[in-house]
Amino acid sequence: MQKVNRLKPFFENIAFEREDNHMIVNFGPQHPSAHGQLRLILELDGEKVSKATPDIGYLHRGMEKMAENMIYNEFLPTTDRMDYIAATSNNYGFALAVETLIGLEVPRRAKVIRMLLLELNRITSHLFWLATHALDVGAMTIFLYAFREREYALDLIEDYCGARLTHSSVRIGGVPLDLPKGWLEKLNAYVNRLPYDIEDYEGLLDQNRIWKMRLEGVGIVTPEQAQSWGCSGPMLRGSGIAWDIRKEEPYELYDEVEFDVPVSTTCDSYGRYKLHMEEMRQSIRILKQLMPMYDETAPEIIAHAPQYVSAPKEQIMTQNYSLMQHFVLVTQGMRPPVGEVYVPTESPKGELGFYINSQGDPYPYRLKLRAPSFFHTALLQEMLVGEYLADVVAIIGNANIVFGEIDR
Amino acid sequence: MRPYSDKQNVQKKPYYSDRYFVAPQIPKEAVEGDAVFAQDLAVLQSKFEIKEAYIQRGQLVVYIDARDNVALLQTLKDECAYNILSEHSAIDWLAKSNEFELFYQLLSTSKRKRLRVKCFIHEKEVLQSVYGVYKSADWAEREMYDMFGIVISGHPYMKRLLMPDDWFGYPLLKTYPLHGDEAARWYEIDKIFGKEYRDIIGPEERDSARVDENDTYRFARLGHEVPFGAEPSREKTFHDYQEEGGVTIVKSLKKSESKIVKERP
Repeated sequence: MQKVNRLKPFFENIAFEREDNHMIVNFGPQHPSAHGQLRLILELDGEKVSKATPDIGYLHRGMEKMAENMIYNEFLPTTDRMDYIAATSNNYGFALAVETLIGLEVPRRAKVIRMLLLELNRITSHLFWLATHALDVGAMTIFLYAFREREYALDLIEDYCGARLTHSSVRIGGVPLDLPKGWLEKLNAYVNRLPYDIEDYEGLLDQNRIWKMRLEGVGIVTPEQAQSWGCSGPMLRGSGIAWDIRKEEPYELYDEVEFDVPVSTTCDSYGRYKLHMEEMRQSIRILKQLMPMYDETAPEIIAHAPQYVSAPKEQIMTQNYSLMQHFVLVTQGMRPPVGEVYVPTESPKGELGFYINSQGDPYPYRLKLRAPSFFHTALLQEMLVGEYLADVVAIIGNANIVFGEIDR
Repeated sequence: MRPYSDKQNVQKKPYYSDRYFVAPQIPKEAVEGDAVFAQDLAVLQSKFEIKEAYIQRGQLVVYIDARDNVALLQTLKDECAYNILSEHSAIDWLAKSNEFELFYQLLSTSKRKRLRVKCFIHEKEVLQSVYGVYKSADWAEREMYDMFGIVISGHPYMKRLLMPDDWFGYPLLKTYPLHGDEAARWYEIDKIFGKEYRDIIGPEERDSARVDENDTYRFARLGHEVPFGAEPSREKTFHDYQEEGGVTIVKSLKKSESKIVKERP
């Protein structure tokens, strides 16, 4: 059926030619260390990279286009597929953007549950990052340990919302469910154990000669570069700029909990590794403060705004008017006010922003997803130049990029 | 007669609208209310023509002339400490006013303030690249070109970013259908097999929820079942409930032989 040559579109005919010590190598898009569908065209001078051209789009699903054709509630599960390592942070970013658009205040218990889930997601994301990054660099043991601990966190999330990967555990206006019985005790056991596990990882890696040689002084991002390329999250803090949106522009109850923003001034991969470990400890600290806060809250978990948000499930099943409202909101969708918002949140990867332009219709007129990894991947063009080919994998792994949110 | 559909905007529309419904507006506050923003605006006003400025949901929005974009962003970076360009993209208003609305979302980490610079360009107008000011504009501008066809001059590598290089059309335009246009249906067939295979393979079905009534390999029509792969038929099929080999005591029910009783016997 197929003609042999037809499978080679012209743009993939890259010269694997060698002139002197100059060579072009194609890395990806199906390379296991590309952390998704990243294709890199590397020009090598000997063993050093002289030019790097990242090529993305292999996972492009057109989420922004989809958003323009969906009512707001319909789009929420789609956001799961952005940063699928920490799906709740995307759900939350979108829900918060819509709430800001319509000016909605969320009940306190919903805020606590959201923060619990967000911090748990941060921990799973960082554990996943550590596991895969260490595996890329050659530390196999860490991969198994970190995945074990991540599994316990995923169990907790599964207990709450029934899903492990695509959580959809946040609703516009609150959360769909209260915490199940005994959930906080399980969480307590987990967060009491995790610091020792983190110590174990550090025991394996911190002074590990190979780990240090592969990471120290590799993947330098100067503060000027980080700002100019729009870095955020650990990539920005790894360059000595103390900027955490949870701290600087607090949302939910982040102004009521105590936590530190770790900063690394070494600007290299090893500094960012230490930063991720410290961030996990800070997340544990936040979780420990949140658990007693939960008990003090009133039982409402979803905002009362019949124009925009459906009533809680029990009410829909018992009250005729709530059911009618729910029917209208599901079939037609809510109509937010005319205007635009840009709402940033601190996802595990960095600044996750949702720009929504609403014209008063049930469908957003324009929705722009600002994904942190997108800008971090763009930085690879500058970051990889002058590095050794062997370090490319370490740098990509360290940048913590996820293709769901780069290609969207 | 076929119902009229708007070719300028093929996005999904609400099937019902209350004609008396007037959508409320998000309030626009005066810039004077915020000392930091007022100062920034004064700096900009001394150098450039500012068409409109207000604060919405805590962020300053400034409308400028599109030709000032590079110089104005440079001023904001150097004099007002807006050190990060978080996002930059466009909104399609071609159907309404033949224009694109562009926005630059800026962040100042030292002042903890966010500012949005906005401007309008006409459809074929060329925009100056701000790559020289903020490097994060590199991919943002490429994506904008890819999605809207807005051409940027002064960009180091103006090439499609997410879509394939030889893609036809710009997906985020309001005139572009959600499931892709005619070129999109044939793109992979042409690419992999060649144009001569169009008749054999047929177009790519891009609506994942579509049911083909004539396809008896993948779909069954209830009440009109035919053997796997056979020609679809309009004739009704009639099924009696029948266990394999029959069930003890229970007599098999045949609808044609059954009768409906008026009273309990």
